[in-house]
Order: sequence, then structure tokens, then C-alpha cells
Amino acid sequence: MTLKDTLQETYTALSANKVRSGLTILGIVIGISSVIAMVSIGTGASNSISSSINSLGSNLLQISPGAQRTAGGFGASAGRGNAKTLTQADADAISSNVTGVVAVASEVSGRYQITAKGTNTNTTVNGVSSNYPEVRNIEVAEGSFISDTQNNSASKVAVLGPTTRDDLFGENAEGVVGQSIRIKGMEFKVIGVTVAKGGSGFSNADDIIYIPTKSAQRFLSGDQYLTTIDVQTTDADAMTQVQADVTALLLDRHNISDATQADFSVLNQADLLSSASSITTTLTYLLAAIGGISLLVGGIGIMNMMLTTVTERTREIGLRKAIGARKSDISKQFLIEAIMLTLIGGTIGIALGWLISFGVNLTGLVATSVSLPSIVIAFGVSALIGIVFGYYPARRAAGLNPIEALRYE
Amino acid sequence: MIEIKDITKTYGSGDNAFQALKGVSFTINDGEFVAIMGPSGSGKSTLMHILGCLDTPTSGSYFLDAKDVSKLNDEELADIRKDKIGFVFQAFNLLPRTTVLRNVMLPLVYAGVGEKEREERAIESLTSAGLTSTHFLHRSNELSGGQIQRVAIARALVNQPSLILADEPTGNLDSKTGEIVLGTFQKLNREHGRSVILITHEPEVAAYAERIITLRDGEILSDEKNRSRKHAHYDA
Repeated sequence: MTLKDTLQETYTALSANKVRSGLTILGIVIGISSVIAMVSIGTGASNSISSSINSLGSNLLQISPGAQRTAGGFGASAGRGNAKTLTQADADAISSNVTGVVAVASEVSGRYQITAKGTNTNTTVNGVSSNYPEVRNIEVAEGSFISDTQNNSASKVAVLGPTTRDDLFGENAEGVVGQSIRIKGMEFKVIGVTVAKGGSGFSNADDIIYIPTKSAQRFLSGDQYLTTIDVQTTDADAMTQVQADVTALLLDRHNISDATQADFSVLNQADLLSSASSITTTLTYLLAAIGGISLLVGGIGIMNMMLTTVTERTREIGLRKAIGARKSDISKQFLIEAIMLTLIGGTIGIALGWLISFGVNLTGLVATSVSLPSIVIAFGVSALIGIVFGYYPARRAAGLNPIEALRYE
Repeated sequence: MIEIKDITKTYGSGDNAFQALKGVSFTINDGEFVAIMGPSGSGKSTLMHILGCLDTPTSGSYFLDAKDVSKLNDEELADIRKDKIGFVFQAFNLLPRTTVLRNVMLPLVYAGVGEKEREERAIESLTSAGLTSTHFLHRSNELSGGQIQRVAIARALVNQPSLILADEPTGNLDSKTGEIVLGTFQKLNREHGRSVILITHEPEVAAYAERIITLRDGEILSDEKNRSRKHAHYDA
């Protein structure tokens, strides 16, 4: 029996009961399309998280006070928020002693109540050095950023993030530069507004106020410590070396001999990226598993339909055997029927999944991306499901005794 | 030529064993029209299954065209059925919702005959079975009982078998269409020299054969030439 004949038999058999074939195919369509759509959403989420991490600044090391983190993990470290171990002198030492460093920016951050003209908000106030914009990819939309002079003199000036500006002065308010705001009751003059970075995910990078480091230390935290030191390296290759040098330098400066007892931690942006991507990969797997379950249910639907078909067509099978069909002819016919169902379902499912992913993209929540491998895998899986779930019914059909099959009522 | 010797068939084993055939022997020459007659339980269905290579005997030998087919496995039996045997069943067993032509071509599909030749041979056997081209593209469920059974005969003929086995071919038909079907067998036997074995429990049907083998309780009761053979007023 040639493939063409088998396909023609398959077409006849499947079109004989269009509603049933259609519903069975629908099961596979739902399974495959949900796998495609879910994976595309997962991939999209993962891409958007990596790009937002990259937007923090390139080739960045972040030094925070507190215990060393476990590699790549997000383990809680006791008292990290309160630990005060880093100083401006540490930052200056890194800048002057470690090679491969382009810039070192210092940060003193905290959350405070802000008021302006009767409105108020509670947001992050970040005391930063003048080179912070270049290290962290921040651009000023209006006015100017904090200068070294303002920093050294601990001026009461502030640069607003666009979200904070909206909260305090109204949506896209004009002429904010020159206005006054009160942080912790003290009056600061607004000298600039930054360009929106489009915060997504867990934190909004635009809901922030920048003031000079010295001002933050003097007026807000009241001590000489830093909450973060940002180190920008010359290139990605230098990061590991710089990380090691910075660690050694700070251990030495803090008189700590055992690296595991370090009172600071150096977070490599690559570490952050890898831990974030491990989370999103898990998310993608989870979503794929949900799709996979519906695919499995679809596969069981195929098996159910094929078993019903084999029972209904017992006499036909008996006849085919009587006129000379071999076992392999019969099993091939039923197997190809099952594979055909899954391939049709798979094709429609891929199209539908792509449409769903496109629709999700349009809503602007996640920039989904349908990858070629996920299509290839979905197609392969649908064929495989046809084989797996079609095998048993096909074997049952092929194994029927022709005499009994012909007598079957 | 068909030659069977001391064919027995036992179902079950031990105390539950039931012997359906208790040593049956006969020879049927090419071109003979034989009826195997007997009441239900006589073993005629079992004998038909063995003659049709759907089953193998417990003991004894069966030579079909000088080849011993009594000890073949399932796949070898399938090949014998494909090449040497054409079946006609009481229940017709045509594929529903499928054209007459495709139904008749089906055995050739399994025999691996090319598409063009398939159609030519199918048309040829449909014509021999007394059907005209107006029927060829009808679906099998659109025909009358007599026409359906003649399509089934055409299907049995299409692989040019050594033997046509008809199992109660008139059982589902009224006597008039039954006679037309029996007439078709007689014509095929007379004009094309096909061996026909007719399995029936009705003496009136067996009367159309030239030789009648009567079975009872798994043994041959009689095997004789039919002296009062009926001839169908065949008008297709």
C-alpha cells in the first residue's frame, strides 16, 4: 500500500466524521497554541527583564554594605539595610587604585516623605555623585544634573524622576525647574527632571529624587556612610578582575582577613542578570508545563477518538484483512490517521498561538516573541503525540482477528 | 485446485474442547461451482474460514494450487487471501460513503497494483458482475441490496482469484434479487471459469451449484453432483 493510498484512506476516514475529527483536532489546537503563546510570553518577560537590567548601566558592579551574598542567589542577609560600612573614602580609593575602572559613583538612598505646594508623596531619595548619570544611563530632560560643586557644598538641590514630578506637580507639568520641594521638612530647589526610563517589573526607576551625596549624608541620613558604590568598568571582560580587585581592596581597607566575613558585597551585573534569567527561565518552564498539560489532554482526546473509531470500524478492519491487508497496512492506516489529526491541529495551533502572542504584544504588557525553535518543537511534539497516542489504537486494530472482526455487530 | 485431507478443527482445550470439524476431505477442481450446505453448527463456517485462509486447521492439510497453506502464519495467510481468494459476505461489507469504483479497487490497493490498472480492472470486473457505468461513481449506500451484492462480487473478482468464497450471499436479500445474485455467480462460473464455493444452509440456494457437499456435526454427510441444478433467469 503506497503512502498516497494511505493518505487518501485517511482523508476519507477523517472527513467521514467531520465534527468528531474537528473536536479532536481542537484539543490539539488548544494544547499547541497554549504552548506557543505561553512560551512566547515567558520569553518576552525574560527579554524585558534582561533589557531592564541592562538599562541600569553597562559593565556595572554594585557594592553594597552587609554580608556577602551567596553566588547568584537572593538570600536574605541579616541587617543589610542597616549595615553601614562603606564610605566616600572607599569609593575614592577604588577610583584611584583599581585599574579597569571608568567611573565610581556613590549613592546614599532612603525613603522619605516629600511635599510640594500641598501635594505629597513618599519616594526614594537618592544622594548621588555628579558622575551618576553616565554610570547608570540616566539622561536629563529638563534643567541640569547635580554638579561637583553642588555636591561638595552639600547644596539643597534636587533632580526629579518623571513619575515623582507627575506626583508632585501634576501630569507632565511644565516649568518644574526652579520650584521648591520639601524633603523631610527641608526645602530643596528643583534643578532638573530626568528622561523616563520606562520602569517595568518590580520597581519604577522613574519614581525617584536625586540630590547631592553630601546633602543626603548631612541632612537626611546624618552620617558619613554610603548605601551603594557603583563601579563602571572599561568593558565586560574586565568585570571579573575589577570585582576581585575591588573586593581585595575593600577587605584590606576594612581590615578583614577572611573574605567570608566581608562587611560588604560586590554584585556583578552579570550575576544579577543570571539570577533574573534563572527566574524567568523557571517561569517559562512553568508556562510551558501548563501548555503541556493541555497538550497531553489533547493527546488523550486523540487516543479516545482513535479507540472509538477502531471499535466502530471493526467490521471494516475485518473486511480489509479478509481481502489481503497485512497487519502493517492496518496499523499504518490508523497511525497515520492519528498523526494527521495532530499535524492539522499542530499547524492550526501554531498559527493560533502566534496570533495570541501577537495579541498580547498589542496590549503592551509584555513584548512577546515567538521563536522558531518553539514552533519546530511544537510541530515535532504534535507529531510525536500522534504516534504515541495513535500507537495503541493502531495496534489494537491491526491485532483484530479477521473472523471475529467480520462477525462484530 | 483445492485439496483438503483430514481437516480437523478443535476450539478450546481439555474438558471444554469442542471439535467443530472431525476430519473432512475433498478436492475441488478449477472451474467447479460447489455448494457447502449444512445447518448451523454443522461446521460449515469453520470450514469456510479455513478454505478462505482466515484460519488454520488443528490438523490435516490444505493444498491451494498445490501449495500447502495449512501451516502458514498470519502475514503469509494475508498474502494468500490477497492473491488467491475473493470473498462475498452475507452482510456485503462494502465501505460506506465510498464510491462503488473505489470499493472494488480496494483489494488492488493492498496488492500494490498501479492506479491506472486498478481502475481498468475494477471497471472490467464490475461489468462482469453485471453493473453498468452509471453505478460506478455512486456511493455504496445509494444502491439497492442486489446491486450492492454484485459490487461485492466484483470486488471479489478483481484480483483474479483462484477461488470465490461466498458466505450466505443471498441471506440478506429477497428471493428475486437473491436469484439475480446467484445468476451472477453462475455466469461468472460458466463464462469465466471461476471456481465458486457457496456456503449456505438453504437447499434452494445450494440447488444453483453443480455439486453439493453436505456437512453435519463436523463431518461430510454427502458429496454428490447436483442432478436437479437450477439455472437463474439472469437478467442484469
